[in-house]
Amino acid sequence: MKKVVITGAGTINSLGQSVPDTLEAMREGRCGIGELEFRDVDRLAIRIGGQVKGFEPEKRFNRQQLSLFDRFTQFTIVAAREAVAQSGLEFSGELAARAGVVLGNSGGGMTTLDENYRTVYEDGKNRVHPFVVPKLMNNAAASHLSMEFNLMGPSFTVSTACASSNHAMAQAFQMVHGGMTPVMITGGSESMLCFGGVKAWEGLRVMSRDGCRPFSANRNGMVQGEGAGIFVFEEYEHARRRGAEIMAEVAGFAMTSDASDIVMPSKQGAARAISGAMADARVNPEEVGYINAHGTGTAANDKTESAAVADVFGAHADALMISSTKSMHGHLIGATGAVELLACIMAVRDGVIAPTIGYEEPDPECALDVVPNEARERHVDVALSNAFAFGGLNAVLALRRVSRN
Amino acid sequence: MQIRDRVIEIIAEQAVLEPSDVTMDSTLESLGIDSLGLVESIFAIEEAFDISVPFNANEPEQSDFDISTVAAIVDGVEKLVKEQT
Repeated sequence: MKKVVITGAGTINSLGQSVPDTLEAMREGRCGIGELEFRDVDRLAIRIGGQVKGFEPEKRFNRQQLSLFDRFTQFTIVAAREAVAQSGLEFSGELAARAGVVLGNSGGGMTTLDENYRTVYEDGKNRVHPFVVPKLMNNAAASHLSMEFNLMGPSFTVSTACASSNHAMAQAFQMVHGGMTPVMITGGSESMLCFGGVKAWEGLRVMSRDGCRPFSANRNGMVQGEGAGIFVFEEYEHARRRGAEIMAEVAGFAMTSDASDIVMPSKQGAARAISGAMADARVNPEEVGYINAHGTGTAANDKTESAAVADVFGAHADALMISSTKSMHGHLIGATGAVELLACIMAVRDGVIAPTIGYEEPDPECALDVVPNEARERHVDVALSNAFAFGGLNAVLALRRVSRN
Repeated sequence: MQIRDRVIEIIAEQAVLEPSDVTMDSTLESLGIDSLGLVESIFAIEEAFDISVPFNANEPEQSDFDISTVAAIVDGVEKLVKEQT
């Protein structure tokens, strides 16, 4: 099997509109969650989120692109441009024919849906823009990304709610690992912060009105975010031959299904995914220094996830660090695993562990080292990234440090 | 119909029971209503009485709305309906 490495990363989220800005915010424990700004927000009970502000699509895209790109596609392309530029790859000839894109996305073009439902239901109009369908479809982002960079290999979109990105990156990893293609672009994107998107979540009554405090005893729910995280996964020898800068090795992954409940998480399902990822990466539990938690800040997730980690790692659970960066960027739903992989890269590459901010009171049911409130410097060889979706679909990725010569 | 009877009807429907099987001292747990059923019941109550129930599934004990028994729920709904008029 081929060794798979990451040679490019890009992002846009409420913490920053590039990887360096985002990592700096995570190092400083900054919070990107604030007042939501969009039409009809006054009709919502939940009015906070990790919204991307100061983003000017007109400066990034031409007129035709703007008429075809929903906000989630815009995020994807912005992040992908950063990732591909960093990798230094140009896609032509055989590489273009083999390289593809697999993205994770849960909601699709929610803003487009929202705006056009308004047009026909609220405004009573009987005509919508001709591009509503190509704009809102879940695979629009993956398709536009393939067009932007001339990627003609295997390309599709994976949709598994909050685990979408991890499942997508797992597919890309397997394709490079198995030798199907030397390069894949992967990650995820989401933009649900519009009236209909937040209203739907409000209905479940799991959202916090005042902040995301994962693992803290006084946590009271999740806070949504938006954005994208895009990566270049490349076969190691291919990257080495061209002298590419290697950020980390994608060492393994595992996915499981709880087969039990549509919203409640299961400790066994999570634990099987975590131990499966370590087995796939051939690492011992003691080698894992950091876990980027799913850590949504709901009562149910955080205690179930803590129990799963305690079960899998035994005594080592007290030695490892586990943090939820959702406390800073919010829950990016389908894109969350992609943005959170950045924290894992920072851990294994820079030896900096992103904190769980907003941590106020210890919870005996979440008695792990959650790196409260302040980032930490530690050497980490292996990091895991957890994602546990509604529907009981779990996906865990393992990253390994690549020593630089 | 009285508030009490309407609330019982909603809870009975969620529990797939006859309203006569739901007593004022029943707990949602004893009626077999899980967390999803609870959220659905609250939604149905809000729709039936045109009220907004302060309930967060993350901290049911700390919500201003007591769900410990059917009687507590009826009391809470009566209070909210009164506040509204």
